[in-house]
Amino acid sequence: MVEAGTHLRPDLEVIARQIETGSRVFDIGCGDGQLLSELEAHRNIDARGMEIDAELVERCVARGLSVVQGDANADLADYPDGAFDYAILSQTLQTAERPDRMLDELLRVGRTAFVSFPNFAHWRTRAALMFGGRMPVTRALPVSWYETQNIHHVTVQDFNELLIRKGVKVESRWFFSGENEIGATGANWRAEFALFKLSR
Amino acid sequence: MSGTDASRSITLENHLPLDSGQVLLHATIAYETYGDLDADKGNAVLICHALTGDQYVASNHPITGKPGWWERMVGPGKPIDTNKFHVICANVIGSCMGSTGPASLADDGEPYALRFPVITIRDMARCLVALVDALGIDRLHTVVGGSMGGMQALSLAANWPDRAARILAIATAARHSAQNIAFHEVGRQAIMADPNWDDGNYYGGQTPDAGLAVARMAAHITYLSETGLTDKFGRRLQDRNTKSFGIDADFQVVSYLRYQGSGFTQRFDANSYLYITRAMDYFDLAEEHGGRLGDAFSGHEMGKGARFCLISFDSDWLYPTAESRHVVHALNSVGAPVSFVELSAPFGHDSFLLEVPSLDRVVEGFLNG
Repeated sequence: MVEAGTHLRPDLEVIARQIETGSRVFDIGCGDGQLLSELEAHRNIDARGMEIDAELVERCVARGLSVVQGDANADLADYPDGAFDYAILSQTLQTAERPDRMLDELLRVGRTAFVSFPNFAHWRTRAALMFGGRMPVTRALPVSWYETQNIHHVTVQDFNELLIRKGVKVESRWFFSGENEIGATGANWRAEFALFKLSR
Repeated sequence: MSGTDASRSITLENHLPLDSGQVLLHATIAYETYGDLDADKGNAVLICHALTGDQYVASNHPITGKPGWWERMVGPGKPIDTNKFHVICANVIGSCMGSTGPASLADDGEPYALRFPVITIRDMARCLVALVDALGIDRLHTVVGGSMGGMQALSLAANWPDRAARILAIATAARHSAQNIAFHEVGRQAIMADPNWDDGNYYGGQTPDAGLAVARMAAHITYLSETGLTDKFGRRLQDRNTKSFGIDADFQVVSYLRYQGSGFTQRFDANSYLYITRAMDYFDLAEEHGGRLGDAFSGHEMGKGARFCLISFDSDWLYPTAESRHVVHALNSVGAPVSFVELSAPFGHDSFLLEVPSLDRVVEGFLNG
């Protein structure tokens, strides 16, 4: 178990809890390696990462992590099938060139995948668009349309449908509003973020 | 092994078998060390030098008097901290700073010259392992190298997977490309076209300095970037206000290259240049291991072996990022723990030797992580 007070983002906190000790983990878009170093330090986990930003990779290497600078849109192809027990894509799916293909790659390199994303159908987002008539800028989506890296906004419902179409098995789902985990009822309205645990 | 500590060199008692099938008799390996070796011998960092480098990584060069070639990286409080690590750097065989090479005397008392056997990067690594054996070190903390030094680090990792805990390969490749080989051939031809070269038998007479200088000038251009050259020299004239309408060194860049070329001839042996460039040309780590680069690293499967870090530079067109990625791909295919980052620096291939603060951070982080 990850000790309390590690200040992981709530979706990462759940992922860290779910991952079995001694497993092989691949965090795609691992940022400065917060989750990976948590897993390596406390859980005897073989943790690897991919990150596109050189400065963030630099920080990961300085933490003693094994992180490769790469573009998940192209470079996941370098990894063999089933190379990892878990593949993690946190808050990155909506920036993918082809989220559907990235999902396939995720479930190819990992036996189990964790995917989290901001839910575009959250009521705040809907309200901003409906009443403001503008692309929403909310606490979950804080960047203006012209600067955001989010090129494929997605809702909980959209993602569910994609999973059904692809025949991907949903092992668990978690929903969050701000820092708090919330129930699944009305999640497409109420959840700012969603986290899915998936397998083939 | 018979050690001669005073000269910081060892002479191998056994004949060293070479990839060519030949053997090297009583090879001498000259080396320098910095920092203290821990009682458990667990803090030894082996630095592998590049084509024209030497063992003086962090101390003055005995011929030129210039500071060590990587003093900005190696020393007390530096990214490779000699307060913490015992740093070893050896002159590669085939070179000319104390290790056995074409200028060394063969058993008949005459210099080997072209009788010196052709060596490979793996032969260089084999010598380094022999040195580490002689020093009683089972497992190096890290093997570090840039350019040809990186090739040795990769070769050592592939062929002696249990001898190092970390491999740091900078601005390098797992094989020499056709372009790399082509540039080297220009240098070799320049040396061999110098009448003083005399089929390599110039020892004791006039040395082929003009040819060696041209080889160095041509190679030096490949170590820089166009932007780097433009920033440093542009089209500025040297010590004059107008063009001479002659073939003098009108341009600053010309003057700089001539200086680089002639300075090099004072400290380097032309035959060594022929042998070492050939060793680099022959380097193809995949070919050595049945054609698949991943198989070269089979000793590192699933994290059983070393941790790797590869670094490339965006302005390096001699060993471009794609070459490092190729190695990263191979390491991933066997599940070896690997980090990789392409750093932004304007100095071309030479970036690994120059002021690149992000490089310092990655090197220090990797060694201490």
